[in-house]
Order: sequence, then C-alpha cells, then structure tokens
Amino acid sequence: MTALEIWTYGVVGATFALYIGIAIWARAGTTGEFYVAGGGIHPVANGMATAADWMSAASFISMAGLIAFNGYGASVFLMGWTGGYVLLALLLAPYLRKFGKFTVPEFIGDRYYSQSARIVAVVCLILASITYVIGQMKGIGVAFSRFLEVPYEVGLYIGMGIVAIYAILGGMKGITYTQIAQYVVLICAYTVPAIFISLNLTGNPIPQLGLGGGYVEGGAATGMSLLDKLDQVVTELGFKEYTTQVMGSSLNMFVYTLSLMIGTAGLPHVIIRFFTVPKVRDARFSAGWALVFIALLYTTAPAVGAMARLNLMETIQIGPVGTEEGNLAYDERPNWFKKWEETGLLKFEDKNGDGRIQYYNDANPEFAAKAESFGWQGNEMVKVDRDIMVLANPEIAGLPAWVVALVVAGGLAAALSTAAGLLLAISSAISHDLLKGVIMPKISEKNELMAGRLAMLLAILAAGYLGMNPPGFAAGTVAIAFGLAASSIFPALMLGIFAKKVNNTGAIAGMVAGITVTLLYVFQHKGIFFVKGTEFLMPELGMGANWFLGISPNAFGAVGALVNFVVAILVAKVTAPPPEHIQHLVEDVRVPRGAGAATGH
Amino acid sequence: MTPDKRSDYWKANLRLLTILLIIWFVVSYGFGILLVEPLNAIQIGGYPLGFWFAQQGSIYTFLVLIFVYATSMNKLDQKFDVGED
Repeated sequence: MTALEIWTYGVVGATFALYIGIAIWARAGTTGEFYVAGGGIHPVANGMATAADWMSAASFISMAGLIAFNGYGASVFLMGWTGGYVLLALLLAPYLRKFGKFTVPEFIGDRYYSQSARIVAVVCLILASITYVIGQMKGIGVAFSRFLEVPYEVGLYIGMGIVAIYAILGGMKGITYTQIAQYVVLICAYTVPAIFISLNLTGNPIPQLGLGGGYVEGGAATGMSLLDKLDQVVTELGFKEYTTQVMGSSLNMFVYTLSLMIGTAGLPHVIIRFFTVPKVRDARFSAGWALVFIALLYTTAPAVGAMARLNLMETIQIGPVGTEEGNLAYDERPNWFKKWEETGLLKFEDKNGDGRIQYYNDANPEFAAKAESFGWQGNEMVKVDRDIMVLANPEIAGLPAWVVALVVAGGLAAALSTAAGLLLAISSAISHDLLKGVIMPKISEKNELMAGRLAMLLAILAAGYLGMNPPGFAAGTVAIAFGLAASSIFPALMLGIFAKKVNNTGAIAGMVAGITVTLLYVFQHKGIFFVKGTEFLMPELGMGANWFLGISPNAFGAVGALVNFVVAILVAKVTAPPPEHIQHLVEDVRVPRGAGAATGH
Repeated sequence: MTPDKRSDYWKANLRLLTILLIIWFVVSYGFGILLVEPLNAIQIGGYPLGFWFAQQGSIYTFLVLIFVYATSMNKLDQKFDVGED
C-alpha cells in the first residue's frame, strides 16, 4: 500500500466510525424524533446540518469544475444556489415552521383541504428527490472506486450500509447530528487545499481575497492581478475571456439563476430541516446560519475554479504560445497527469506527432487558423473532465498525501449527508403522507415509526439499485429536480401563505400546469423521460433548440413557476373561495404566537 | 389580537419583505447579470466589479439580508406583541 492509500483508508475509516458512533448515540424513539429530530435543534446547529444537507457531491466536486471552464457564466450556480436561501428565509421557512407539521405535502394537503393536492405534492417530492439521490449514490461509488481501489458496486454497498445505520436507527435525529459532523469534514476538506493554492499563486492565504489579488510567480509579484493573468492565458489560446464569458445569453443566465433560486427554496429535503428548530424565530435565524456555512464553501469555490484553471493551463503551456518549447513535452508530464489519464478522465492525443502537448480552443476558427501556422493540428487534450478539478487540485499544487485523503473524505461526506436528507424526505412522504395520511389514518404511533424505518430501508435499496443501474434520466438530474421543485412545490407553498384566496382547484391546476410545461420543454430537448431518440424539437415550426427566448431546458423551471402562479390565481378567481376555517388557518400561520413543537396531529 | 392589528403586522411584514427583495434582485440580477458590463469597467482590488458581484458580493449581500430580516421581524413581533414569549 502506498502512503496515500494508508492515509485515505485511515481518514475515511475514521470519519465512518464517527458517523456510526453518532448513530448509536442518537437513536429515535418517537415519530417526532424520527421526522423532525424532536423539534429541539439549536438554530446554529440546524444551520450547519442544513449546509451539509444542501451541499451535495455536485457542490463539492462538480461546481468548481463548472466555474473553471465557464468562468463568469458559472455565476448562475453561485448566485442561484445561495440566493434561494433568501427566498426560503423570507417567504417560506418561518411560516411552515409555525404551521408545525412533519412534512411538506402535509402543509399542501391541509392548506388546500385536499387529499389530491397532498398526493400531487408527494409525487413531485418523490420524483425530485429520487433523481437527486441517484447523483449522490453515483458520487459515493466513484469516490470509492477511484481512491480506495474497490469496485464501484462495493463502494456503493458500503455507502448504503453507512446511511442505513444512522438513518434507520436515528431518522432525522441521527441524520442531523451526522450532518453536523459531515459539514465539519467537508468544509475542512474544501478550504485547506484552497488556502495552500491561494498562497502559492497570490501569496494571500484567504482564497476569497486571493482571487482578487496579484499574481505571484516563483515567489515574486508580477504586478498583474490573478484574474488578468488568467484572462490573458486563456485568450492567448483561443478560449473565451474568463471574466466575461456568458452562459448562453444574459437572458438565459437571468432565467437560469431564477430557476435555481426558486428550485432551491422549493426542495423538500431542505425545507423539512426548518421543522427541527424550536421556534419561528429560530427558523428565521437558522436560514441565515445555513447560508453562513454554505457561503464559506460557495465564496471559496470561485477561487478554486479560477486557480485550478490557471494551474492546468500553465502546466501545459509552459512558454510563449507558438514557440516550440512553449508546450510541455508529453514525456515530462507530471505524475497527477498520468494518474488521471489512467481513469480516462484526462486524454491526450498527439495529433501533429511532435511529442508535445497543445491545449487550445480549436473550435475558435480565428485561432485555429493561427494555430495551424504554428504547426498545430488540433487540440490535443481531447478530454479534460471538469469533475477532476477539485479532486486533482491538491496533487497539482503538490500538497501532502493527508490533504488528498481529506478531500476524498470530504467528497464522501458531501454525498452521504445529502443522500440521507433526501432519503428522509422520501420515507416521511411515504410513511406519514401516504400511509398515515391517506391509507391508514388510524395507525398507532409505534407502528408509524416502524413504517417510517421500513420506508427508509426501501428508499435506500431503491436508491442503491438506481445507483447501480442509472436510468437514462440520471443525466438530467439537475434539470428535473430543480425544475420540478421550482415549477410545482415553491409556488404552491408561497401562494398557500401569501394568497389567502387561492383554493384547492387553483393550487392543483397550477401545480399540474407548471410541471407539465417544464417537463414538456425538457423532454422536447432531451427525449421523453430522457430516452435518446425521442426528442421532438420542431425547427420547421420555430421550435428548434432553446426555442423559447433562447432559454435552455435546465433553466426552464422559472417559466414553469410563472405558469403555475398565473394558472393557480386565475383558476381560483373563477371557482369557490376557500372555506372560512382555511382562511383562518392562513392568518394563523402568518403570526408566530402559538407555535408549538412540530406535531403530526 | 384584533383583526386590525393583525393586518397592520402583516402589512409591516410585507413592506419589509418588499424592500429586502428589491435589494436581493438589484444585487444579483442587476449588478451580477444585467449591468455586469458597465460595472466591470470599475476595479476593486484585482476584481472587475461586476464579476465580483456575480461571484462574491451577491452572496455576502444575501447573508446580510437574511440576518436583517430575522432581527427586524423579532422587533416587529415585539412591537405588535405577537412573538412566541
């Protein structure tokens, strides 16, 4: 075993032992503890748990890579995935906490006095959560197979086993305390390498300042800012300028950001975390604390992305562009390069046979012509997977083995914590909303708790199965999960609090219309249920790719949400207003006084 | 609590929400997206200002907004005597 392997097994093993220890200590004895951790979580602790719940394998591993290769365009993820917390804190969390029940569909069912509304909400919740959880399961399997040299399947089984122990025993209570531990692991794993890299490149240990700092080369200041340097390096090779490249168009970025914000605020596994704090006042502050802990990672990510991109470019383009010695000889490539080549995530092809690596943008016709005059015959880095940016970062920066091991444990913590939160949202929707709410209203608390544990086990098995055999739609996870949450759940919740007159028919019509419009647009681009070959874009009718105002399918949730709002309000206007007691319920939800602990009655 | 007082409390809440959401919108969609080009002409440190708002500034502002909201609502709860204790 190499030193790196020993470190990795050691650190990952220690974190897993910690999670199991917490599971044994924090067992759930009542449905209240199983669904909402007994409602006694301190707002700061809940903020930390929410941050881990929210930050998934995608935030931890993929986001910095997205930023590295999309530059300014990736701001949609940074703003979208944080700005949603403002909506959550101001428009939903305190009121839903005051309502004081266990699940999101339960609020929708009660507020719209309709079992059908509750079932529609359960369906949306399960669809959104399942697609989301597949990505986490894949992340766990990949982390194991790449760093611990165990097969993907075995990694997945280990991950499922760990989640099963603390989620089945402890429910929300066990999940909350493990999420707090997982947050600490993941934030250390993310920031430690970032600090070293920032120090290397700018002399400033704080990445947030380093990104705006001066570029340092070989220990001496260059008089140039890091971002200017990066802009220069990428444009010299025909890539778009880092600080100004947009994603699609300004309008697309606008709508995309809005979709992610609304979607974030509407994701049930995040909302239910706010049912665990004692008071309405705590729910308000807790959302702020959640964002503090999230912002620690989200403000570091732009620095990690930009610095990783610069390191990558400078590793390959070692001298002036166009000179022979300007490009790294393939035989002299560093060790991390070789290691990632083995995984197939980094691929080199010596197109002009000169034994040197040319990495540039051959899709830029102007620069491609210039490159030809250098004797270059196409971009030779035929594959640079953006997910490797965070994982390879410590090695690129030459950091010791324990830092690499910490990053692996961090990635696993991010995936496990999010998976557990999603699985709880799914199992509580099954045992509390479907079983107790619809099928067996007279079920005893003891049996409901048992049913909750059973539902959790089934959800874990289903997630594991889907992680093992990812269906075609796994690739569309982001589009579906955020699109569904944005177009169905968020508008129903917000109208439920802010529009007293919206009734059951309006809410159901709105949710169905919102989801339908969003799904149709996504399926039109990506195939019906993401089955290849069933796309139905109709360019002859003016419905080509991104036909609606140039908006990409991933960004369409905001349009779906708008449709939901409009349909719900219009339908409610022409149908009977909600009964008196429902209007009183809404007035009651708007005022903090009288909030008890969350209950299921 | 009288219905009048209840509706005053709600109106005060909505006013606060409106102000905070306008700031939320201006900082992210305004400074970070729509006005990013003109703002990029200004530099703070090594950051073009528009880029800074999109990747750093908007997130810091969101934080401040939530804490201002939580604190102001506590005060409103006390003023209208609708708090939890």
